[in-house]
Amino acid sequence: MSAVAERQPLSDWFAFGGLALGAALGILLAGFTNDPVMEFHGWLIFLVSGGGACAVYIRAFDKREGRVAVAEEPYEYGVIRAGVIATVFWGIVGFLVGVIIAWQLAFPALNLDLPWTSFGRLRPVHTSAVIFAFGGNALIATSFYVVQKTCKARLPGRYAPWFVFWGYQLFIVLAASGYVLGVTQGKEYAEPEWYVDLWLTIVWVVYLLVFLGTIWKRKEPHIYVANWFYLAFIVTIAMLHIVNNLTIPVSLTGTQSVILWSGVQDAMTQWWYGHNAVGFFLTAGFLGIMYYFVPKRAERPVYSYKLSIIHFWALIFLYIWAGPHHLHYTALPDWAQTLGMTFSVMLWMPSWGGMINGLMTLSGAWDKLRTDPVIRMLVVSVAFYGMSTFEGPLMSVKAVNSLSHYTDWTVGHVHSGALGWVGFVTFGAVYCLVPWLWKRPRLYSLKLVEWHFWIATLGILLYITSMWVSGIMQGLMWRAYDSLGFLEYSFVESVEAMHPYYIIRALGGMLFLAGAIIMAYNIWQTIRGRLADEGEVAAPAKSAAGGPAVAPAE
Amino acid sequence: MATNVERDEATGTETTGHEWDGIKELNTPLPKWWVWVFYATIVWSIAYWIAMPAWPTGGSGTDDYTKGVLGYSQRNVVAEQLTEARTKQAQYIDAIAAADLEQIAADDELLRFSLAGGAAAFGDNCAACHGSGAQGFKGYPNLNDDAWIWGGTLEDIHTTLLYGIRWDEFDDTRFNDMPAYGDGILTPEEIDLVADYVLSLSGQAELSDAQFKEAAEIYAIQCAACHGDEGEGITELGAPNLRDSIWLYGGDKADIVETITHSRAGVMPGWVDRLDPVTIKQLAVYVHSLGGGQ
Repeated sequence: MSAVAERQPLSDWFAFGGLALGAALGILLAGFTNDPVMEFHGWLIFLVSGGGACAVYIRAFDKREGRVAVAEEPYEYGVIRAGVIATVFWGIVGFLVGVIIAWQLAFPALNLDLPWTSFGRLRPVHTSAVIFAFGGNALIATSFYVVQKTCKARLPGRYAPWFVFWGYQLFIVLAASGYVLGVTQGKEYAEPEWYVDLWLTIVWVVYLLVFLGTIWKRKEPHIYVANWFYLAFIVTIAMLHIVNNLTIPVSLTGTQSVILWSGVQDAMTQWWYGHNAVGFFLTAGFLGIMYYFVPKRAERPVYSYKLSIIHFWALIFLYIWAGPHHLHYTALPDWAQTLGMTFSVMLWMPSWGGMINGLMTLSGAWDKLRTDPVIRMLVVSVAFYGMSTFEGPLMSVKAVNSLSHYTDWTVGHVHSGALGWVGFVTFGAVYCLVPWLWKRPRLYSLKLVEWHFWIATLGILLYITSMWVSGIMQGLMWRAYDSLGFLEYSFVESVEAMHPYYIIRALGGMLFLAGAIIMAYNIWQTIRGRLADEGEVAAPAKSAAGGPAVAPAE
Repeated sequence: MATNVERDEATGTETTGHEWDGIKELNTPLPKWWVWVFYATIVWSIAYWIAMPAWPTGGSGTDDYTKGVLGYSQRNVVAEQLTEARTKQAQYIDAIAAADLEQIAADDELLRFSLAGGAAAFGDNCAACHGSGAQGFKGYPNLNDDAWIWGGTLEDIHTTLLYGIRWDEFDDTRFNDMPAYGDGILTPEEIDLVADYVLSLSGQAELSDAQFKEAAEIYAIQCAACHGDEGEGITELGAPNLRDSIWLYGGDKADIVETITHSRAGVMPGWVDRLDPVTIKQLAVYVHSLGGGQ
């Protein structure tokens, strides 16, 4: 071991120093603030950074006898394993909070009359947990996997990928605990306050550098399409996040801040951000997952290279304009509404390009839909993607929007995308990744995947159909006039009419959650190395062989 | 990379020759229908831009965007719709504005219009406290029954609507102030006794003769001035009837003890600065019609 002790790599010093600095900053924050939430966050930062510093010290500096240097794998898989576990964990947290607030909408007394469990605080916990914690971890983990495998290059840096992982988890915990304790800047899907935003910015820039570094080091002449989508997602989210969060803190030791934009400019910035969070986080990013895992699992070539290029650039160019459709019939100028609507309509085919490429990649392997529930999950996710990317342009048309806006139809639309597309494509990717990453011959049980698939599909159908009915009913009730020109219904009557649909929706959500719990059990057993005795179920074991066991070609 | 191009068996299409981690790509051309639908959405969008306000031009004032050949303006559309709606209702609105409440209630057409308008205004302004069926909640009166703390005539209801109850912004607001008898005026034992006495007025409690005599004495000194010698209430003072078994803050003994000990002071906003006079008249007629208007 003495030879190792000769020279300590600089990266160890940087990692240790950075973490120690973080711990010191945490203490300073906790010490100087008068805000109890910020004090709590200061201690949290101290604990996480301090814990990290100890871990780095033990692994890299402590040279006592008996510590064996770990042989480097050709690819960095550890951080991806952690990411997959985090994805499943946060998914269940996010779905659970969703179920709770769904029941609260049906039975408001379930908010327990406590500030911390009120709908207003739990709703951002739900949305952030599913979009950023579940979806974000899925994107980071799969992008690290896909970029390494398709570039035949290891992620750069010994610490940087782990910094991205743990930094992102810290961001999630800071954000969510802030919401529960009442700290929010009141921007939908951008609720975290200024110091949490700054932290995410740092983490995100490192993420971008790690991703770009891998592409830079690649041993393939071309960059695979999945990586274009991932890169578009990372770069655009960085831009959106920064512009929508340009705030001035009231004080460096307080949680509050003031946004630079005002009035309709702020609203427009917010929905430019909000819509492109959908476009680049929930669409482009997850198309990256689709473009790797669908052909890989189906063992078929991607349907059309040309289509992938054209629809990629069309999607990237058009999506960024579509935000104003969230502000139809508001103080936003007519011309901006027009642009938002027309660009949304033009976005229809570019979105469907991804669907066509996803579905048609199955040509020649349609039989696998019958035998492999994982590929079925992936394909159904693409179908839901196609449905919601048709529904989206439809709802952006002003005439339709005048009925659908502010109603549950929007909620149903979002969930057909979130549960059907984002959820299912992630589940499919997780089911692929776990055996590959932990080097298992196959999943513990494909029958449990079948159960997951059917229970979750039923849940989604209950969810979106109840929201269609309730949303359209809401819209019609709000615009109904009697013969004398008075509103037929008061708002509260429309709320009463929603009640049965809210119950159906909550039941649908519970089914979706149940499916995710089945998945968690299944992958837990897989990680433990168990294999259920499933007789004749044909596991596509070949995929596993094409997995991580293959070393990069020299 | 053209050297690696191969023909895919299942589809008969050539690959591009690229390969990443075992993933190849077919060289399938763009689907025709996809291209044409894409073009169609673009053509439609351009047509829409020509017709409607669309592109910012950087001019000054309101002249900073292309107006579109149809001359559409969301602001004008709303203004037109409002004008149209007002015109349709104008004959009724004008008549209601000119008439007094009794005249409105006596005229079939105006009554019908006022009940419809009052119901709509009630749902959006009053239902939050009084319930969508005006059934009320604890602390918020039921408007369907015969009990009117401040009077149930059209005029009384109208006044309450205009200025509210204990609503600081208006001098004309309904105001009274029951003392909190727990603040050193009565002992807890005396309050307990008076609560039983109050319940006995509606036959819900029985007192021994000695208790009754003591309670009646306290009542006469402390309560009768506002609630009346027999507990019948005095509308002019907003002092509720205590004999009718209708309780704004609950009729359990514990509720009544709490009311006497700490007093109650519910608030209703005045609407004179929030709703137009015609709407308030319609609301008065509507609320009067709900049940026991006097």
